[in-house]
Amino acid sequence: MSINQPSAPLVGAIEKSPKISLIGTLAMLVEAPGDFDLIQQGRIWALADAASSWPNVQEAVIGVTNVMLVFEQPPADIGMLAASIVELWHRLPGRKADGKVIEIPVIYGGELGFDLPAVAEHTGLPPREVIRIHSEGDYTVCAVASSPGFGYLHGLDPRIHMPRKSVPSLNMRAGSVTIGGMQTGVAALSSPNGWNAIGWASVAMFDPQREQPSLMLPGDRVRFRIDRIEL
Amino acid sequence: MIEILASPAFNTIQDLGRHGARGIGVSTSGAMDPVALAAGNALLGNEDGAAGLEIQTFPFRLRFQEDTTFALTGADHVSTLAGLSMRPWWCKRARAGDILAIGTPRRGARVYATFGGGLDVPRVLGSRSTHLRAGFGGLEGRSLQTGDVIPVGKPPQEAARRFDFGAAPPDVAIPGAGPRDDGVLRIRVMRAGEYDLFSEAMQARFWSTAWKVSARSDRGGYRLTGDKLTLDAPIEMRSHGVVAGVVQVPPAGEPIIQMSDANTAGGYPKMAAVIQADLWRLGQAAPGSFIAFRDVSYQDAVAAMAPVNDYLASLRAVADLYRQL
Repeated sequence: MSINQPSAPLVGAIEKSPKISLIGTLAMLVEAPGDFDLIQQGRIWALADAASSWPNVQEAVIGVTNVMLVFEQPPADIGMLAASIVELWHRLPGRKADGKVIEIPVIYGGELGFDLPAVAEHTGLPPREVIRIHSEGDYTVCAVASSPGFGYLHGLDPRIHMPRKSVPSLNMRAGSVTIGGMQTGVAALSSPNGWNAIGWASVAMFDPQREQPSLMLPGDRVRFRIDRIEL
Repeated sequence: MIEILASPAFNTIQDLGRHGARGIGVSTSGAMDPVALAAGNALLGNEDGAAGLEIQTFPFRLRFQEDTTFALTGADHVSTLAGLSMRPWWCKRARAGDILAIGTPRRGARVYATFGGGLDVPRVLGSRSTHLRAGFGGLEGRSLQTGDVIPVGKPPQEAARRFDFGAAPPDVAIPGAGPRDDGVLRIRVMRAGEYDLFSEAMQARFWSTAWKVSARSDRGGYRLTGDKLTLDAPIEMRSHGVVAGVVQVPPAGEPIIQMSDANTAGGYPKMAAVIQADLWRLGQAAPGSFIAFRDVSYQDAVAAMAPVNDYLASLRAVADLYRQL
């Protein structure tokens, strides 16, 4: 029996290590092995929590099953640093999605949810069914990135996955509730956006004057509630 | 106070950037040529990170509303103070009512105007830099407009003695930092995460091409044209953090270098990353100019910062001394 066969017991027992690469001298990217799931994401959160208190780490920037460490100064020994990250990865228990629960009332469809008909057509579901599935979902904020306060949400029902547009909408309003591929989110800024708008919510996703500027933080849970349906 | 009399577009207040807020999606912003900003501040006795003006569209004019010390650094340009010509990389004391006029650079892309005491706009998330896309920082989060009046902070006491002197720009003072005769700016990079996914032919093309900085380049990023870099099998990457200087290759094959106002996250394969010691030089590359990449090791990239740090330290020491004379 070759150990490459899936049935070989050792293969499953050896756990893969994260991929570690440099982006210049002041940033290191740590990418979790395996699928995009909340278990690997939770381990990334835990790793980011630990690394952000290390000396010389200016910030641990969480991505989708990855974390980028930004350094104050170039690390003296890259190999040693990478080895200690791998060691920590295998030892550290993951963090659960234990943040706050954010409820977001959504006006589905209508003028600002202008892509709802296209999503309905693509998925083969009536618009009301798309809305029901989206609003019944239980979502987790994996990372806040791309624009200030924009949360990457995990947990979109595969029945309403919808590819991103090849030509972005030129000026999508802040607060637009969107679907992009297997993810959903709430636009934090009014700007060009390639995701599909299915509704709109009157929430300030980001305010630099607030003590915590970003409404969403990694590990938070999000529930969308139907405020109104405009078809 | 200074009053803006003419400012075409996209001129902003910048300091050395907003650090530590990437985790909530906030890009660093900050001067595209941080060495020029820090040098301008050093001439005046300010701390390196005091806020100044980043001027990238011309002609630009301002009026001093009170006696103010200031310096001009960055791109090689022609300027006048109260009608008299002023040299670049120089500091002076302006009288109330004097008008400073800055023309299109002969070489380079961005001129920095720094002021004794720095521009005194409120810090947002730890920085005075303008974040144009999000609309905060600087002056109400927007570009400068005619009629804007910007407060200047109180100059450091020991700095207020003597003015009217200059410094050699870093591309003159640092050996090897200047342009070559062929007009192609050599930029040193380190290989990044997905370099090995490109075929040898594509890797060779990356190193051998003289890339043109496209007209669709700005503080967010430089789009490069020249050739196409394609993967044998396209890959889908999960969104991850990026820093200024990262060279990404979108599916269309033309590289993009992320700059100060880049998104905090990207998802395109990363070919390389511009080393910190060359980011300021790239920040002076104008649209239409050409750049070529050169491969360096981590150790070489780290070592390359020493001449830049030494340059700034000696400029500050000499300026401090000169003011005491």
